[in-house]
Amino acid sequence: MRRTRLSPASLGPRDVLHVGSAGLRTRPMRVVLSALGIAIGIATMIAVVGISASSKAQLLQKLDALGTNMLVASPGQGLFGEQVKLPKESPGMVGRIDGVRQVGATGDLSQSVRRSEKIPEEETGGITLKAADEGLLRTLRGSMASGTWLNAANGRYPSVVLGHVSAQRLGITRSGQQVYIGGRYFTVVGILDPLPLAPEIERSALVGWPAATEALGFDGHPTSIYERSTDASVQAVRDLIPHTVDPENPRNVQVTDPSSALQAKAATEGAFTNLLLGLGGVALLVGGVGVANTMIISVLERRHEIGLRRSMGATRGQIRLQFVTESLLLSGLGGLAGIVLGSAATYVFAASGGIPWVVPLWAVGGGFGATLVIGTIAGLYPAVRAARLSPTLALQAA
Amino acid sequence: MNATTDLTPGTPGPTTAADPTDPTDPAADPTDPTDPVVELAGVTKAYPGGVAALRGVDLRVARAELLAIVGPSGSGKSTLLHIVGTLDRPTAGAVTLAGHDIATLSDRRLSALRAQHIGFVFQSFHLVPGISARDNVAEGLLYSGLPRAERRRRAADALDRVGLADRMSHRPHELSGGQKQRVAIARAVVGEPDLLLADEPTGALDSASGAAVMELLHDLNKEGATIAVITHDSEIAAQLPRQVRIRDGQVVADVRAAAKR
Ligand SMILES: Nc1ncnc2c1ncn2[C@@H]1O[C@H](COP(=O)(O)OP(=O)(O)OP(=O)(O)O)[C@@H](O)[C@H]1O
Ligand SMILES: [Mg+2]
Repeated sequence: MRRTRLSPASLGPRDVLHVGSAGLRTRPMRVVLSALGIAIGIATMIAVVGISASSKAQLLQKLDALGTNMLVASPGQGLFGEQVKLPKESPGMVGRIDGVRQVGATGDLSQSVRRSEKIPEEETGGITLKAADEGLLRTLRGSMASGTWLNAANGRYPSVVLGHVSAQRLGITRSGQQVYIGGRYFTVVGILDPLPLAPEIERSALVGWPAATEALGFDGHPTSIYERSTDASVQAVRDLIPHTVDPENPRNVQVTDPSSALQAKAATEGAFTNLLLGLGGVALLVGGVGVANTMIISVLERRHEIGLRRSMGATRGQIRLQFVTESLLLSGLGGLAGIVLGSAATYVFAASGGIPWVVPLWAVGGGFGATLVIGTIAGLYPAVRAARLSPTLALQAA
Repeated sequence: MNATTDLTPGTPGPTTAADPTDPTDPAADPTDPTDPVVELAGVTKAYPGGVAALRGVDLRVARAELLAIVGPSGSGKSTLLHIVGTLDRPTAGAVTLAGHDIATLSDRRLSALRAQHIGFVFQSFHLVPGISARDNVAEGLLYSGLPRAERRRRAADALDRVGLADRMSHRPHELSGGQKQRVAIARAVVGEPDLLLADEPTGALDSASGAAVMELLHDLNKEGATIAVITHDSEIAAQLPRQVRIRDGQVVADVRAAAKR
């Protein structure tokens, strides 16, 4: 009698996929229902991460446009709590610091800004009056919603430029209208667009430096100096400003970075999402339990098939592989559906809010990887049970 | 005739009993000790709980034999078939199959042995639902290492051989009981096993389909297949060239009706 070498033939990848999907193809409804848990879990996680990443991308885009290279110098508190003043020539001195590109200054005035003289003086509408120099607009990277910015020509006449909030509050919609300041009418020569980095300017009415001095009793001391430097020199400039502005009392000068609040917001964007991510994780876990449950039922139902395959020469390993593959396919399908759903949800959110659509690749990869891990874990126990099944018991008629 | 040669086991001998000198011819010497497909010596199977399903069974099946294992319910026929088919191991005694002592083989090697040498037919068919007759038959070759296209080609030949060439794409629920059993037989023989084991193959069929299935087994045997059929039906057993009678786990009679061949 010829004796053949006995070593089991291994299944090719296509055959593994084929036997692994056989159970799923005959029960599509069960596949949908048991993959649903995983799909919901992954969709939640992708949407949570995607929405926060989209919001963050929008903030960063905004920061990019506004620039993070602007600093504001203002008078601090004096040693004894008294209000100190910045020297009149300090804007020029700041402009001479290495790396500084643009400088602008404002000086606070006390007069109220009203629509007409008939409105009582107390009703300021929260609008502050400031003297502004010509360089301010460029330093802020601001633009005009209408009219023109203060210049040498209109700065000498009683003309005023309104921040967009002030214009709204005063009910001014176009240049050429008049407002009542310090006992006389000023002509609105321009209205500014919003300035996210300088909300205090949005709420101001700005008059030219010479006009403020002549008509409104401005003492010429700036209260805020805005400067923009090269990106590389921001830190050096920040260190130099106090000594440059007030060499004797550098501690009287306070320097702030208006973009830092936005930067901090961008950095913390997504912190609140941990809770939602946790919820997604729980859904994922429940989905995994659902898959394990389905697999156990599948093994019980297909005892005969397992016995038959063993009788046809399947090794224990091949039976295990079949059921782990089935479980992987089940959870992988759920994962794919979840990725599509989560990305779609993010898209809807982004499109409706007019923000960029960002679904981080690490979230997609991580989510899919998680489903594969869950699929393996959920399928392992049922698969081992299937492989351990005695072929004779499996073949017994129920 | 191509399909026929595909189906016959590894070493097809002459299919007629004309030459008494041919050592592989079962009619000349059905239990030729030089070439047994299966040899059982003192096989005992005791289940935990004290039930001894088999008690010291000696059995030898030569190449190209067709035998019936017959006995009352609970006598140990299925147990014997499982042990011959290496689905189960005896608690005592030796089983040699296709030259391999199965006691020395690991579960992996036993699986390979089944894939290469044994085909099973069950009373309840055990077809995979939802896939076509042809794919069901091709499953019989899944663990053989043959490429998929070749498996499907051989499956078509095997279905043709059992007379179901026109039912290739029918799924199990679209087939009659007799047709299902013929698909199951095609699946068992598609790998050209040395030994075909059938446990009550007609048990779930009416007498006409049962007769057709038995005729198919006869035909396969004439082409050289070695077949053991379990039955509790003495009438069916009587049609086969050899009958091994079992009672209470022991072989009580081993009758050859040589004239039948
Ligand atoms: N897994 C098992 N555990 C314990 N006892 C078993 C087991 N399988 C079978 N038996 C016992 O072994 C004996 C033989 O069983 P077997 O299935 O081989 O009988 P059989 O001849 O095939 O009967 P039937 O014609 O009804 O199919 C019976 O008494 C049965 O109860
Ligand atoms: Mg039985």
